[in-house]
Amino acid sequence: MDIHFLLGLIPTLLSGLPLTLELTVFSLLGGGVIALLLNGLRAGSIVGARVADFYVFLFRGSPLLLQIFLIYYAPGQFSFIRHSFVWPFLREPYVCALLALMLNDAAYTSEIIRAGLRAAPRGAIEAAVVGGMSPLTRLRRVILPLAFRQALPAYGIEITGMLKSTSLASVVTLMDVTGIASAEVSQTYRAIEVFLTAAVIYLVLVTLVTYGVQRLEGWLSPTRTPLSARSAA
Amino acid sequence: MSLTRSNFLRASLLGAAGLATGPFIRAARAAIPAVVHIATEAAFPPFNMQSPDGKIIGFEPDMVAEIARRSRLNCVMVSQAWDGMIAGLTGGKYEAVCDSISITPKREQVIAFTVPYTTGSSGFAVMKDGGPVLPGNGTQIVLDDDAATKPAVAALAKALSGKILGVQVATIQNDFLTKYLKDSITIRTYASGPDVYLDLTNGRIDALMASSTNIAAFVKRSKGDMIRTGFTFTGGVLGLGSAIGLRQDEVELKAAFDTALTGMIKDGTLRGLSMKWFGTDITPAA
Repeated sequence: MDIHFLLGLIPTLLSGLPLTLELTVFSLLGGGVIALLLNGLRAGSIVGARVADFYVFLFRGSPLLLQIFLIYYAPGQFSFIRHSFVWPFLREPYVCALLALMLNDAAYTSEIIRAGLRAAPRGAIEAAVVGGMSPLTRLRRVILPLAFRQALPAYGIEITGMLKSTSLASVVTLMDVTGIASAEVSQTYRAIEVFLTAAVIYLVLVTLVTYGVQRLEGWLSPTRTPLSARSAA
Repeated sequence: MSLTRSNFLRASLLGAAGLATGPFIRAARAAIPAVVHIATEAAFPPFNMQSPDGKIIGFEPDMVAEIARRSRLNCVMVSQAWDGMIAGLTGGKYEAVCDSISITPKREQVIAFTVPYTTGSSGFAVMKDGGPVLPGNGTQIVLDDDAATKPAVAALAKALSGKILGVQVATIQNDFLTKYLKDSITIRTYASGPDVYLDLTNGRIDALMASSTNIAAFVKRSKGDMIRTGFTFTGGVLGLGSAIGLRQDEVELKAAFDTALTGMIKDGTLRGLSMKWFGTDITPAA
């Protein structure tokens, strides 16, 4: 392998890093909000629960790549959409990719939140009722902290999953790390060096995220923090 | 043989040795194989495309069939995405690539080319309604001619200032835009030609750049919604026309292809194929 080529390659690929991170963070934020709404819908009524079920079924059951293609290419085929107020947004590949990532992330995250909310043991909730907590206080002080701790490992996997999924945005002309890598390959024909370097960038990012989530898990683990220290804080 | 640890190790070592010697065996066998696989995109009409029943058809498949007949070779066209096509050739996945690939000095460092079978020029297409009007009106500019190139590029840069141009990734047209117009336009690169076409009709890009023959096909398909506009360019970064690409050690295969192609250019067969698929002669003079 040519060391000069590799040294030149790293900054080229890293120039796509801001876009990769941006897509990851915004899709997780947007997806998280939609996921909360979906859980609200689910708790609201039976019809709402069916709608949420169908949403999850749709977005978990089809490939993200196809979702990106559909959101990118389908609206432009209809002239009434092309002449409507949404087109200035949907015209941008960035918006299309982000929308697809968000909607997809929401489906997975809503299920993670649902599993977390179910984790609060009946006994703990009953104790809170007996202790005279209002429903809102119960949610804030018992159910949500337990749900958060329970959902954290699964959500950590979702974060790394989204981080890697952003690489699909390169199919709609976005120049993220993967987009730059494939353009570089078709220009230099050095597939091994370029794709390996890109993979290492993702590996480093995933390692950092995994480490961060693990630290958070440890910090939130009741066995590691004595109760006295908690009440003092 | 039971699967013990030592048996497993022995088998793995044998396997690894086999993998390691594979490339040497292949390198030593530069003679023409019984079946010559030729990769094409099958998505670059009318050069190559897929018929509704899945066959690869077009100008190039017809040309390859004629080359095969003349050189008595068994040539099979296989489809392969443009992205990674040349890496697949150098990696030995097929013997040749035939996908309207222009001869450029950069590519010649990596692969060998036959004699060219097109003259090669590139231009721009826009939507008829609301698309920018580019200067030049079809005048061909040879990029090696500085005196003609400079004013043409300056006029184009002015007309295209702030516009978004679509182009297929890692093509000579992409090189042209990067070299001459990068500062005045936004370049969007696509994995395949039809994607660029689609986004021009969708209004995501203001203009596209592609080979003139490709643009002719796009305009025809759009049923008059899309038009060709502006100068056409050739030479320089846009290369010297298209040729079949081969690995540099495939000397015998290149000789066979060259002989057949030269014959086809001389006796007018290739011109006939060009008239059939393009309705105009895009082949080099005999």
